[in-house]
Amino acid sequence: MDTMRLERVREFEWRIPATGPMRVPGVIFASEQLLREMDDNVAHQVRNVASLPGIVGASYAMPDAHWGYGFPIGGVAAFDPAEGGVVSAGGVGFDISCGVRTLHTGLTRGDLQRVKAPLAQALYGAVPAGVGSTGTIHLSAHEMDAMLAGGAAWAVSRGWGRREDLPHIEEHGSMAGALPEAVSEQARKRQRNEMGTLGSGNHYLEVQEVEAVLDRDLAAAFGLHQGDVVMSIHCGSRGLGHQVATDYQRRMVNEAAREGRALPDRELAWAPIESELGTAYLGAMGAAINCALANRQIITALARDAFDAVIPGAQLSLLYDVSHNTCKRETHRVDGRERELYVHRKGATRAWGAGREGLPEGLKAVGQPVLIGGTMGTHSYILAGNSQDEGEGEAHGFSSACHGAGRAMSRRQATRTWNGRDVVKELETRGVLVRSPSLKGIAEEAPGAYKDVSAVVDATQRAGLARAVARLRPVVCIKG
Amino acid sequence: MTNRWEHFHHQSDIGVRGIADTLAGAFEQAALALTAVVTDPAGVTAGEEVIIHCEAPDPELLLVDWLNAVIYEMAVRGMVFGGFTVHIDGQRLTAEARGEGVEVARHAPAVEVKGATYSGLQVGRNEAGEWVAQAVVDV
Repeated sequence: MDTMRLERVREFEWRIPATGPMRVPGVIFASEQLLREMDDNVAHQVRNVASLPGIVGASYAMPDAHWGYGFPIGGVAAFDPAEGGVVSAGGVGFDISCGVRTLHTGLTRGDLQRVKAPLAQALYGAVPAGVGSTGTIHLSAHEMDAMLAGGAAWAVSRGWGRREDLPHIEEHGSMAGALPEAVSEQARKRQRNEMGTLGSGNHYLEVQEVEAVLDRDLAAAFGLHQGDVVMSIHCGSRGLGHQVATDYQRRMVNEAAREGRALPDRELAWAPIESELGTAYLGAMGAAINCALANRQIITALARDAFDAVIPGAQLSLLYDVSHNTCKRETHRVDGRERELYVHRKGATRAWGAGREGLPEGLKAVGQPVLIGGTMGTHSYILAGNSQDEGEGEAHGFSSACHGAGRAMSRRQATRTWNGRDVVKELETRGVLVRSPSLKGIAEEAPGAYKDVSAVVDATQRAGLARAVARLRPVVCIKG
Repeated sequence: MTNRWEHFHHQSDIGVRGIADTLAGAFEQAALALTAVVTDPAGVTAGEEVIIHCEAPDPELLLVDWLNAVIYEMAVRGMVFGGFTVHIDGQRLTAEARGEGVEVARHAPAVEVKGATYSGLQVGRNEAGEWVAQAVVDV
């Protein structure tokens, strides 16, 4: 990206002044190096988002931002319904509530080395992954409605997981305001065989080792120590969420044409939050969030069974579950007053600081765990949200942080550069066991196709968005 | 020039493009480019037929609807398609998609497609007078 058109506000904060149709400025949180590596389209998309009605504060991009469609991936924008604010299906994306959850396993590095191969095989056998894989759970119409209304709480009530998991999930495992009736029959059909499946692309289940503790006090509060083994799951709302996005983007494009709304990009089609379409989308999106939370809860139960088969008595307790493609109603302090805003995070993680209502008791004193996925061959990170009393909401991108490394190379470039079999072998020599049905998928997801996640996390911390707590190294990776 | 498909660059997702001497042909080729995101279309046995209907006020929206309809059929039927015959009459599209159920060992599917976006969306003629239909799809 050409940095000449940006104002450097702080070392890790760059401002795009509001010009032309922009209602607010743009803000990109990044190091100079990360910014130079970003595509110019990121700045273009940040400007476009800044022109949407009712936007508050600024249009933000996180340090892992990259060229998306409509919104940049890594984009954050908050809208005030009292000022004609809007909701955009493109501002949430296709994989609604895609996210990461991390569980303690109670094991240490030494324990894991003894069972690594059978555990990899057991997990690969237990969790359906990849294109065309199907789950064994097929919901009736009534159960589908219950799942869409209840999320992870529904899954727990049906035997997948434990009640004590729920406080460690955003929204306590159940998104309020979900409207199952706003989810189309097509979306339900796409989910028919996909409950409890991982999907493909960048989704994974990993067994990881805490390689380094980066903040002793926060790590202790999160129950993490060097050499501990954790398990992380990265996936989303599967076919149902994809179809909800498809359905409502189309309806918003139709409405834009009917109302004569000028859009800088059709992908940015929106509906007023306080409108029939806006309400329907928010309800359907809430139901898709519940689908994602239920899906990660079921996969957790499948993985717990696999652990138990290899290590009888293994206890996996949930550290936290975050979502990074959402639009949620939140209270933020802006211009000296509390305001109810609808915060879009597209490829960005909520990062609530200490004291925030909604965090479980054990985490309220330290802030929310922010789970950042890396690649099969690099690190993942656990961060903690920053305290809100350090400034107003918009100073922290409305309590948001990065979500991952972000692609540096397209899938096509990756398959031309790497061979899946070689990637698996090379990772094995580095101590990472990869199990996947797709060698081409592995080539597309080769670690070298992604940006340096450590640089992204460093910039996130130095921009004041979150604090780094622990660095994780993959040991077993199940890829879709 | 022959009818053909290709992928075009997008950093995180994939652009699909169909080029042909007719609008319907460009839509057929764009759908083959979509299949090629998942697996090699030449390796798909075009045995089972699925009929698809769409309707949209302009050719660009019709392309998005067409690609999304193919994505939907792939997802709910667990199929990949290796052949398409498209008829376009004004705002209406009728098509026959031919394919088979996904076999992981044989098709080695790389990634599932979530949906077609409005990014990079273009339908029109190129300098050589051929029809081009393209969009970015989310994977």
